[in-house]
Amino acid sequence: MSSYNFIQKAVSHFNGGLKLAGHKEQSMQSGIEAALIPEELIVPLQQHIGKAAKPIVNVGDKVLKGQCIAKIETDSNSEEISVVTANIHAPSSGEIIAIEMHPLPSAITQSTKCIVIKTDGQDLWVDNLSPVSNPLELNKEELKNIIHKAGIVGLGGAGFPTHLKLVQEKPLDTLIINAAECEPYITCDAILIKEQAAKIIQGIQFILHALNIQKCLIGIEDNKPEAINALASALQNKAVDNIQIIQVPTRYPAGGEKQLIKTLTGKEIAIHSIPRDIGLVCHNVATAYAVAVAILEGKPLIERVVTVTGDNLKRSTNMQVLVGTSMSTILNACGYKESTTDEIIMGGPMMGFHLDSSDYPVIKTTNCVLVKNKKSKVEPLPCIRCGECARVCPANLLPQQLYWYVRAKDFDRVQDYQVFSCIECGCCDYVCPSHIPLVQFYRHAKTEIWTKEDEKIKSDHARQRHENRQFRLERKKKEDAERKAKKKALLQKKQGIDTSEQDSKKSAIEEALNRVKAKQTTVAKNTTNLTEEQQRQIREVDRRREDKIRQEKVLNKKEDNDNG
Amino acid sequence: MIIAIIALSVLAIAFGLLLGFAAVRYKVKTNPVVDQIDALLPQTQCGQCTYPGCRPYAEAIARDEADINQCPPGGEATIIALADLLGKDVKPLNEEHGEHAEKTVVYIDENVCIGCTLCIQACPVDAILGAAKLMHTVIADECTGCDLCIPPCPVDCIHIIPAIEDNKKIIVDLPDAPLLTNEPN
Repeated sequence: MSSYNFIQKAVSHFNGGLKLAGHKEQSMQSGIEAALIPEELIVPLQQHIGKAAKPIVNVGDKVLKGQCIAKIETDSNSEEISVVTANIHAPSSGEIIAIEMHPLPSAITQSTKCIVIKTDGQDLWVDNLSPVSNPLELNKEELKNIIHKAGIVGLGGAGFPTHLKLVQEKPLDTLIINAAECEPYITCDAILIKEQAAKIIQGIQFILHALNIQKCLIGIEDNKPEAINALASALQNKAVDNIQIIQVPTRYPAGGEKQLIKTLTGKEIAIHSIPRDIGLVCHNVATAYAVAVAILEGKPLIERVVTVTGDNLKRSTNMQVLVGTSMSTILNACGYKESTTDEIIMGGPMMGFHLDSSDYPVIKTTNCVLVKNKKSKVEPLPCIRCGECARVCPANLLPQQLYWYVRAKDFDRVQDYQVFSCIECGCCDYVCPSHIPLVQFYRHAKTEIWTKEDEKIKSDHARQRHENRQFRLERKKKEDAERKAKKKALLQKKQGIDTSEQDSKKSAIEEALNRVKAKQTTVAKNTTNLTEEQQRQIREVDRRREDKIRQEKVLNKKEDNDNG
Repeated sequence: MIIAIIALSVLAIAFGLLLGFAAVRYKVKTNPVVDQIDALLPQTQCGQCTYPGCRPYAEAIARDEADINQCPPGGEATIIALADLLGKDVKPLNEEHGEHAEKTVVYIDENVCIGCTLCIQACPVDAILGAAKLMHTVIADECTGCDLCIPPCPVDCIHIIPAIEDNKKIIVDLPDAPLLTNEPN
């Protein structure tokens, strides 16, 4: 090993950590087994933090291997690159039979929407794969685009979309490739390096090119001599001189991002900052391989190497597994007999996610499926404040202080003591003489704080909507009142016009009446203004008429009497 | 002596003017305690506290008219937060106002809805969409689960359902661990 001059020893070390038994030999016996195609693939739309991808296929559609089935959900293309999601591709050819909620093996979400593909067994690739023959001549954007389209995410753990880590806001000087693989049992990276070292080096060169930086450090634990040798000979064959392999002492958690950077460069990353802030960027070695495959072969990320190991298995091995394959399928392939005394862990024994069954799909970040005999539960005892946890904490926290504050539900203090710097490596759990499940306390605090923050956002939103409604109602009331007042004013004004009109009419009528009266009174009768003579004549005429009437009456009386 | 008096008077006037200016310029329009209390309330606007909304309840607490344990949707967490803010003792939720329950939303049975708009008028956060004689629906994301729309509905087509959130966040349970060795079981 020491014959290569590009293998060097680490310059620094991180505080704390543990020396753990490796258990890596079992699964390193054989090479990577080819993927088997299960009858059904359950492909989650969200396999990492951030947002879920949006399906672009419908139930009943036929899909080909490598076809994009879910994309980043955005309104405009300009936004696309910054949203934390990655494209998802069909891992094999077949028919979409459902798009439904399915439980997810993740500490982030309980369940997520999944595309269920019934495979046809033909495993036909899409025909428009576009391998690039001259990748180093492409510009940064083009490379980034290929990686983005291929749906590559960090394969080390968190699954952060890789294309987002290829942006260059600040000057970067060193690329760190994480090949430490510090957790016991897991060997998927080691075996990948052993078998595909040349391609990994190419992938690293592409990432260096995309980031426009020169220097790369590969951090690898010194318990993997085969992998180190494979990398070294690949480097020699390629005559690459800007990539260095750094042997890291085997000490858990050497593969933690901040711990590895401290070991390789001696630099510490401040709380709330990321390696980028000090000119470093960190990628997993399997990610580099996925980048090489995406660029050289045009194939998207649809499969990964998974270590299948543990107790109760006929054989332990590493398998190339299609994303969406049920864990029970790969466990059965290794001769696993289901038993109630076993527990299945996705990931390693320290940080892995304990599953209640083997019915979960393998996702892009599944590096290991581990079967372990269930430990008989040890009842925790009170904390005796021995301080062992603080001694082993690789993040330099005070685990027992955190523990007390979590117990007291004093989440402000919990945050003051930097619970979010906890990488949940489990060292404190491991050494605690009282067997207190400390990490679970911190997870509780973290999830509780996140939920509270979510609730706060929601309640602020509700308050805003309520206030908007109040404001609207108030405004409507005011407007109604104004409108009413206006209407009333208008009516009164109208009535005002009416009365004056009526007055004029009335007066007109009155005038007319008066005129008529006046006329009536003024009209001369022929009896007025008579002379003496005329009056006398009238009186005589009247007397004569009266006499005549009287004579007639008398005559009528006489006739009546005669007749009677 | 006279110089001292003059000097002090000048200073007094200067500071007086400064304070007067500050009082006008930086006048606090609303009671800041009310804002702080309101920020801790869950904003369901459900009125279970007997006040017509969260802000009126916050004002009542600030005036010391209402107790801090009248908010069922907020539950224990809100009571602790309020007690912390106001320097009061934590007390259990007053059950007269209801019990703390999981968050729910309402759902309108669209086949039954007659489009009367009564629920729209009752919704404090404008989470119901619809128009007269047209079907109504609830925007589940905006619904606070206050259930105020249920009593006005003439055809009882509004049902309470548990809030379904995509990619629901897990809350890891607080594990058991004893505090003292001689803790009684």
